[in-house]
Amino acid sequence: MTETLARLENVSRTYTRGKDKVEVLHNLNLSIPKSDFIAIMGPSGSGKTTLLNLLGGLDKPTSGSVTVGDAQLSSMSNSQLSRWRSTNVGFIFQFYNLLPVLSAQKNVELPLLLTRFGSAERARRASIALDIVGLSDRAKHYPRELSGGQEQRVAIARAIVSDPSLLLCDEPTGDLDRESADDILKLLQTLNREHNKTIIMVTHDAQAAEYANRTLHCDKGTLETRVAA
Amino acid sequence: MRVIRQILAVTWLNLRNLPQRMASSAVAVVGVAAVVLVFSAVLSMAKGFERTMVSAGSEDTAIVLRRGATSELNSGLSNEQMLIVSNAPGVMKDGDAPIISAELYVVVDVKKKSSNTDANVPFRGVQASAFDVRKGVKISEGRMFEPGKNEIIVGLSAQREFVGLDVDSTIKFGQTEWTVVGSFDADGSVSESELWTDIVVLQGAYRRGNSYQSVRVRLESPASLKVLQDTLDLDPRIDVEVQNERDYYAGQAEGLTRFIRIVGYPLTVLMAVGALFGALNSMYSSVSVRGKEIATLRALGFGPGTVLLSTMAESTLLALVGGLIGGVLAFLVFNGFQVSTLNGPSFSQVVFNFAVTGDLLIQGLQAALVIGIVGGFFPAMRAARLPVAAALREL
Amino acid sequence: MKYFYLVWKNAWRKKIRTTLTILSVFIAFLLFSLLSAINYAFTGGVDLADAERLVVIEKISLINPLPISYMDRIAAIEGVQEVMHLSWFGGYYQEPRNQFPQFPTDPYPYFAMYPELDIPAEQLEAWSKNRTGAVVGKDLADQYGWKLGDRLPIIATIWTKADGSTNWEFDIEGIFSTSDPRGSTAYMLFRYDYFDEARAFGQGTVGWYTLRVRNGADPIQVAKAIDLQFANSAAETKTSTEAAFAQSFTKQFGNIALIVTLVLGAVFFTLLLVSGNTMSQSVRERIPELAVLKTLGFTDRSVLGIVLSESMLITFIGGALGLGIGWLIIKGLASQLAAFLPGFYLPASALITGVVLMIIAGVLAGIFPAAKAMRLSIVDALSRA
Repeated sequence: MTETLARLENVSRTYTRGKDKVEVLHNLNLSIPKSDFIAIMGPSGSGKTTLLNLLGGLDKPTSGSVTVGDAQLSSMSNSQLSRWRSTNVGFIFQFYNLLPVLSAQKNVELPLLLTRFGSAERARRASIALDIVGLSDRAKHYPRELSGGQEQRVAIARAIVSDPSLLLCDEPTGDLDRESADDILKLLQTLNREHNKTIIMVTHDAQAAEYANRTLHCDKGTLETRVAA
Repeated sequence: MRVIRQILAVTWLNLRNLPQRMASSAVAVVGVAAVVLVFSAVLSMAKGFERTMVSAGSEDTAIVLRRGATSELNSGLSNEQMLIVSNAPGVMKDGDAPIISAELYVVVDVKKKSSNTDANVPFRGVQASAFDVRKGVKISEGRMFEPGKNEIIVGLSAQREFVGLDVDSTIKFGQTEWTVVGSFDADGSVSESELWTDIVVLQGAYRRGNSYQSVRVRLESPASLKVLQDTLDLDPRIDVEVQNERDYYAGQAEGLTRFIRIVGYPLTVLMAVGALFGALNSMYSSVSVRGKEIATLRALGFGPGTVLLSTMAESTLLALVGGLIGGVLAFLVFNGFQVSTLNGPSFSQVVFNFAVTGDLLIQGLQAALVIGIVGGFFPAMRAARLPVAAALREL
Repeated sequence: MKYFYLVWKNAWRKKIRTTLTILSVFIAFLLFSLLSAINYAFTGGVDLADAERLVVIEKISLINPLPISYMDRIAAIEGVQEVMHLSWFGGYYQEPRNQFPQFPTDPYPYFAMYPELDIPAEQLEAWSKNRTGAVVGKDLADQYGWKLGDRLPIIATIWTKADGSTNWEFDIEGIFSTSDPRGSTAYMLFRYDYFDEARAFGQGTVGWYTLRVRNGADPIQVAKAIDLQFANSAAETKTSTEAAFAQSFTKQFGNIALIVTLVLGAVFFTLLLVSGNTMSQSVRERIPELAVLKTLGFTDRSVLGIVLSESMLITFIGGALGLGIGWLIIKGLASQLAAFLPGFYLPASALITGVVLMIIAGVLAGIFPAAKAMRLSIVDALSRA
């Protein structure tokens, strides 16, 4: 019986757009074991990004509770959530979202600015992260000098540099060609199997979902399990 | 011709989507407006002062001072010298009497209305022909002073600028009381900054005996100045300098106007450089925002020259708008504004108005034009050279 | 401070834009220093005035002379420690436009009254022994290249000599200077006894008296006592502190401080528009990046701080350059302008005001974009990307 890392209990999220109320998530219950690798698929507007945002403390549920590790996210203040995020979660986005004014190395070091580490220690940890994603030789390059796949790998390095237990990926291969996509997905698998990272990946690509341990389907605010082969 | 039409078309296009770039365009316009405003304000001070001084001087009047004196205040003439001058050829006569006014002034303290602090005001003693040796001077309110009495008339500018000079009021200088019996209009010239009284009374009150500082004579014609000068130069009894009154006043104004200009121009140039940086900034931003649009135009066949000139046209137009705003504001706010200051040579106040003249406005527009052209040039070069393919990819 | 790298890199995101903005700030602060120095030239005389020195002039007008006999009577008044006299000569050197102040006076009493001036003892002694001797200020000597022993011809415009000529000649017996950078030494002194004897008129009179009040005496009371002494006489007096006297002159020129303030107001208004626009463009361009920072765990407040720091950085670089170079230019020009605009100097108070203005400008330019960045909703910003 593996430990649970994250838990959503009776979570609902409703947005108010003018006079309309849109219920994106409806009484959702989800339990995520440690070191699991879950893919979440579903049509657009089904609430999968909202689910990710809730797990990462970027958003708060309208009702219900979100717990990750020992933290009750739904009852934390904004600054508490910020602090929690810096050491507990890593985000990976579809469009990488690297800072164009910083080199790959400095981009990876960014989360470490929130820690007490001195500049030498920050550089060391960033090098390790870049090594894990296999981009040590590109450390001094700027994002505009890197290919899409390489940029995403830098983003992954940034996501793991403060050694979070949870990685949240929103369409990580959405903007990549087949070959680069495979490289990234293999890297995520490595992070999951060899480094025990719990990974939750939102994707609309069925082939990408196959790299996960299991796939959940999100539709109209609810989840359904379909076990991967 | 087709090229010009192209340029106009593209310029029109640029201006049409200006509202999207409102903020940075506004910055350029305001920058130029500020420069022109300050430029016009500062130089209109010099212009106004100069005008007031020079307009007092008539070509039909000569002013005689002791040789070497740099102004009336430094000059000294005796009664005999005054008589020699009045009998010299070239001096216009009214029947038998030469039209001259031998004068002398002292500096008295009167409070400025604007600051309520003391200021040096010229208190001039004149002879009966004082109005005749000057052009355009007439009594405005009240009457002329009576000879032998402690009565004064005040210039309209002085009355407006200083405290306690209304008609029928009395004013005390030292131990002596004087009554203001009238005011005079001298077309806004420097004479209007003065207080006048009978010279005999002034000489007595200030213990000047029978001495004068200057003699103003009405010339038979402007040409008779030379005759008067030559005659007096040759006369061994007298050592004086004869000048056209207009030249004299121009000389008196020179110091202050030069000062204002020496200080004003460099500062305005600095401000213009600042406005230039602002314009450059705004235009670079405009070009980068329009990158895709420019590339599309180029791909459609509009030449780099067209892009260059239309960008510069936009920049120049913005600058001219700024220049117009600055100039109009300067005119509305400053033109005619009355101030007074201490003029070194006369050691007394001169009351004058800011004069935002046409040529100043034109100079301002010229400055705006230069800023607009230079400010648009480098960004325009960049716009013209933008590699088409790269820019189209900028989606 | 570890955020400095991030702030720096962000600031130079668009190199041309940042450079031009810094240059705009530079110009604004350069103008600030130059205008402050001009303002000081007009109004700073008050600073240099000694609180214990009084000036006695003829009541009706400064240009009316006072009898020399007043000297002893003033000295006898309670509270007066020492008194000396000065007169205005008003001549020029070679050409009418080479005008600088010349004052006939007595050698030792003058320098005793102004201890802030330095002159070698032997030069002062030489001057006291030479009736036609003169001493010139270092600023003046430097400007015209005069040296000790030179013959100095001055042409009078007011004071004709008894023999009818206007040519006065002096021997330069000394050069005096001051260690106070605000003070000007662009003037000349010569002997009153020679002046009084050689002039054609006005014997036995002086222009004005300057006196020092005894330690502990009330300057205002002493001033009143002096004026009372000469009330109702042929030449009544008006006595004021040196500061008030200096101020009465600057007030006559007009409200220079107001003019300077208005011009600087226009300059800074424009500056704020430029840097404010730059900062808002800078933030608008990187909304997604700022959102990412927040996802990484940067708090809303730290994002505000990062943006505000960027604005302060740009303003400080430009401002420091402007004040620094302005100060250098003022120092260099001061001696050139000494005869024309004495007292051209950038006082410490202006420098402090400049720094305060830099802070205010940096904050004002960046505060709205920074607040926008702070209030950014991560979810909205990222969904836009």
